[in-house]
Amino acid sequence: MKTLQELEAIRQKKINELNLRESTEGNIRVVVGLATCGIAAGARPVMTAFVEEVSKRQLNNVTVSQTGCIGMCRLEPIVEVLEPGKEKVTYCKVKPEQVSRIVAEHIVNGNPVVEYTIGSYE
Amino acid sequence: MKEISLHILDLVQNSIRANASIIELTVEEDTGKKDFLKVALKDNGCGMSKEMAEAVKNPFVTTRTTRKVGLGIPMFKTGCEMCGGSFSIESEEGVGTYLEGIYRHSHIDRPPLGDMADTMLLLIISNQQTRFVYTHKVNGEEYTLDTDELKRILGGDIPLDDPDVTGFIKDFLVNNETELYGGM
Repeated sequence: MKTLQELEAIRQKKINELNLRESTEGNIRVVVGLATCGIAAGARPVMTAFVEEVSKRQLNNVTVSQTGCIGMCRLEPIVEVLEPGKEKVTYCKVKPEQVSRIVAEHIVNGNPVVEYTIGSYE
Repeated sequence: MKEISLHILDLVQNSIRANASIIELTVEEDTGKKDFLKVALKDNGCGMSKEMAEAVKNPFVTTRTTRKVGLGIPMFKTGCEMCGGSFSIESEEGVGTYLEGIYRHSHIDRPPLGDMADTMLLLIISNQQTRFVYTHKVNGEEYTLDTDELKRILGGDIPLDDPDVTGFIKDFLVNNETELYGGM
């Protein structure tokens, strides 16, 4: 049985680290379309993959969030990456296997994976 | 939708769009004599008029403007009814909405419940302002995850999407789900 007590230990550890984290600049947002169309097309495993990859790499400046339908249901699962000061990048028909490459090349190193973007698909 | 947990992920989006601050989700399974799987979702969002609550069962009714169809509720409803179950929705403006779908557990067409841990984790970390109270019952055994309890332990300064916290929530859910089915 897993209890909430372990969370207490995580909190203690985090409080010690908190001062280190404040320097993280430029919050990057990863937004996954989670409307009926997105979910039916397989957006949940894609979003889970992003959460796991971000957590594995301890990327404290990245938030993974969700949005509704943006009106291009046939291209779901759609993922948008928003970086402050840069143009939004939209990926379409994303598969969970593609996620580690998007995180490594785009989110960590700043080079969008052009071949997965909506621009190269259309 | 191949899993009931995907329907749940979808239905909860309605509550979030209705600006609910508390979302209570209960999944109850009985594999014995009563033979049912029930999904109950209650929120304190903006609610709907009686007419609208009736109308959303129709796939050609939606409040959104990007397209003309709203399939979330109708697909769930049809799924329940095709598996010897039922669906109902009650709503009051300014109070909230309650919806309930029942499947016959042993029905051959009933989709698997699927990965509830993934569904809950994604909902929790991407809607951190919302309080989720999730209860899963299987043949009398049950467990609950209340995000207010998590927040109380964490205090105000550690977000739920912190990598270590996310890992904990996922483990907590996976562990408890497995135990409910008697496995370890």
